[in-house]
Amino acid sequence: MSTLHTVNKSPFENNSLTSCLQLCSGEDSILLIEDGTYGGCESSPCREPLTRLMEDGINVYVLENDASARGLHTFLQGVELVDYPGFVKLSCTHQCIQSWY
Amino acid sequence: MSRILCISRHSPYQTSSACDALDAVLAAGAFDQEVSLLLMNEGVWQAIKNQQASLLGRTGIGKKMAALPLFGVKQVYIHTPSLTQRGLTRDSLHLDAVQLVTNNEVRTLIQQHDQLLSF
Amino acid sequence: MPMKFTVVILGAPEGSLSSRSALEFCHALLEQNHQIERLFFYADGVHNASSLIAPPQDEADLPASWSQLINEYKLDAVVCIAAALKRGILDHNEQTRYEKNAANLGACFSLSGLGQLIAASSVSDRTITFGS
Repeated sequence: MSTLHTVNKSPFENNSLTSCLQLCSGEDSILLIEDGTYGGCESSPCREPLTRLMEDGINVYVLENDASARGLHTFLQGVELVDYPGFVKLSCTHQCIQSWY
Repeated sequence: MSRILCISRHSPYQTSSACDALDAVLAAGAFDQEVSLLLMNEGVWQAIKNQQASLLGRTGIGKKMAALPLFGVKQVYIHTPSLTQRGLTRDSLHLDAVQLVTNNEVRTLIQQHDQLLSF
Repeated sequence: MPMKFTVVILGAPEGSLSSRSALEFCHALLEQNHQIERLFFYADGVHNASSLIAPPQDEADLPASWSQLINEYKLDAVVCIAAALKRGILDHNEQTRYEKNAANLGACFSLSGLGQLIAASSVSDRTITFGS
């Protein structure tokens, strides 16, 4: 049983991503959307736990549309970009979806 | 019947989120669904004693919390790390029948439910 | 395999991105032949159902885009009645009941209770919330 966690707040001003990371495990995935995409940057305050979870096999995705809108492509590190059809697929391949906002 | 877990993560008054979550939980209970409520992060402030919501023109939260068992809401869970981080203990809470849960227990809880309502 | 979704929208068209994210998600969902059991507009999300929103011409008109999507796919779009009344979103019945001077609920939306969220969710494969 796996959960898709969506996060839409920047970790530079909000604890949503930190709280999400504390509960991620197993087959879960994280999708950063809206201002959550700032959390995928190399300078992210959550970089350490994020890297640790990725090493444990948790997939971390960033919604490409929202990252592009914010000019983040050169700042993102270690995350996989997905489009909206990819977002839908992730929603189907995980049993439930928790939105952190 | 589906098992619904409502995760409420916001403080009681600044936005309508806490109240909206309680209304959804009460509706699920009234609809005979197996529903539980998990308070975590800022959401744990909803459960502390001695609130005077009427000072803000809001009366809802305490009454709605008290109504949870009457509507068949199965369990109220409180995320222990969120309590601890805020210097709160079980004694700070106005609800008696709550179950304190760790990160691992929250993971298990999510797995035991069919649908999540995120607030 | 096609799945049934309940989609909960909590953000207003202005001041939050959640309505736009939800709309784009729904488009992608339907293009992949999944079903939307119900759209449920709750909290500030009820503003998406207002027929009186008039954004500048060079900006996205989210309420109009929602209406278009709902009509095109004949979606069930429910607006939480309690949340709507508090925020000034009324249909003709509520206008009469509360003796207000206008009704502004878009034609493709209906006002109803939270039971509609629970009912939809209980028969859906997935419930997804777009928070504000």
